[in-house]
Amino acid sequence: MGNSAWWTYRPEDLLMVSPRVYARLFELHNQALWPAQLLALVLGAAALVLLLRPRPWGTRLVVALLAVAWIFVAWAFLWQRYAPVHWGMNYVIPLFALQALLLVILGNLRGGLRLPGRWSARRGLGIGLFAYALLLHPLTALATGRGLSGAEVIGLTPDPLAIATLGLAAMAEPARRAWPLLIIPGLWCLQSGLTLELLGEQGAWLPLLAVAVALAARLWPRDA
Amino acid sequence: MAKPLPTLSRRRLLRGMLSAAAVMALPAGALAQASGPLTRELPGTGVALPRVGLGSWITFNVGDDPVLLEACTAVMAAFFAAGGRLIDSSPMYGSSQATIGHALKHLEAVERVYAADKVWTSSPAEGPAQIEASRREWGVPRFDMLQIHNLLGWEGHLETLQAMKAAGEVRHLGITTSHGRRHDEVERIMRRAPLDSVQLTYNIVDREAEQRLLPLARERGIGVIANRPFQQKRLIRRLADKPLPPWAAEIEATTWAQFILKYIISHPAITCAIPATTQVEHVRENLAAAREPLPDDAMRRRMADYVRGL
Repeated sequence: MGNSAWWTYRPEDLLMVSPRVYARLFELHNQALWPAQLLALVLGAAALVLLLRPRPWGTRLVVALLAVAWIFVAWAFLWQRYAPVHWGMNYVIPLFALQALLLVILGNLRGGLRLPGRWSARRGLGIGLFAYALLLHPLTALATGRGLSGAEVIGLTPDPLAIATLGLAAMAEPARRAWPLLIIPGLWCLQSGLTLELLGEQGAWLPLLAVAVALAARLWPRDA
Repeated sequence: MAKPLPTLSRRRLLRGMLSAAAVMALPAGALAQASGPLTRELPGTGVALPRVGLGSWITFNVGDDPVLLEACTAVMAAFFAAGGRLIDSSPMYGSSQATIGHALKHLEAVERVYAADKVWTSSPAEGPAQIEASRREWGVPRFDMLQIHNLLGWEGHLETLQAMKAAGEVRHLGITTSHGRRHDEVERIMRRAPLDSVQLTYNIVDREAEQRLLPLARERGIGVIANRPFQQKRLIRRLADKPLPPWAAEIEATTWAQFILKYIISHPAITCAIPATTQVEHVRENLAAAREPLPDDAMRRRMADYVRGL
């Protein structure tokens, strides 16, 4: 499907699945992976603690966990589940792999990333995004009527992973290493919001809000 | 001791529905004509197609989800039971081809379907391999119709399809467009290429094709398959809370879907419309629209004016 003139299509043409198929993607994914959700939530909670008490080794560990998660989600969700019903995902999978690579390179090599230890608006927004992705985003499945069987769990599905990564990159230093880490998660959130909007799902604005919050945090004056 | 009753699986039930429909349709041509949907010949081919077919965009793209595959199989069972034949798909439609193949196999309906698919790649060299991959997904010995999806790489593909037709590897060939795109180019191709069919968007509000393409299709003896009859449900949603006019009873349209389909298929150039659905009752409702009475020209104008005024 490589030479398919995708540029001739409009966004609504590229919405290839119905709301019920989209919801079933997450239900079947969760069924297949259970009880990996519990492990993912425990690791996510540990990562949140490490963000709240930043240490160099802890930051490297969080970055490594996120890199592994980007690879896992690309393989287990995008390739195995989403790509069979949406050929556009074949173009997205390499970007997820690239994000994992960027996390390894920018987050771990030659000094890596530093996380702020003192509270600031930027840190608050970054921690807030990560905490939302871990704790609240799975519960949005209740609001959309999917039920918890269709919950999107951090580390296993793309939206909470992208939002958590935005949170990390929004507050990390130095900025020249953090900014590139925002691009792919931001683009994913934009397409996710568009998909949800075209599907008529509630909460389509949430991924878009996450991008706005991450940008606001990143652009916030340093010591404010 | 009572003999245990055999279990009735969904698969057996679906096959049973199909067999019952076949028995009802088979005894005599006259009976079949009386009970089945109206048909129209694909011009110059001698092949008469029911005037309502089945699309598969989005609705049959369900991956390997066993629950949804079964639901789609039920839709196709109802489609065949109501006398439907033409099913349309494309390699662009995700897993829709595989879903159709799954249902055809379970319903043992390969002989019944008029299989219309598309080639969708900008590389003419990749066309034959893609067509063969599509054929395997459907599980049919050959396609009845192959169309060039959205004119992508049409010149090269047309040569391929003409060669396949000459070799008996496909019965009919065509081109497609949708959303009213590239009608000028469609017109040019219709004037110069030996097409059996053109697929385009036509419904009671998207009527641009009435100006040039539909008259040209009649003039050139090209069949027309109408896609997006309900604007992917948008039109039905828009009309849902509006009342059908009382005079819809004159054409025996009892729902907006039937009102719209009767408008589409009553155009003299339209071979069939291909609504897509996930629901068995909607398939039956759609096929029921392909029955007399259909609107005449005056009624068609009245129908279009009514919808425009809503």
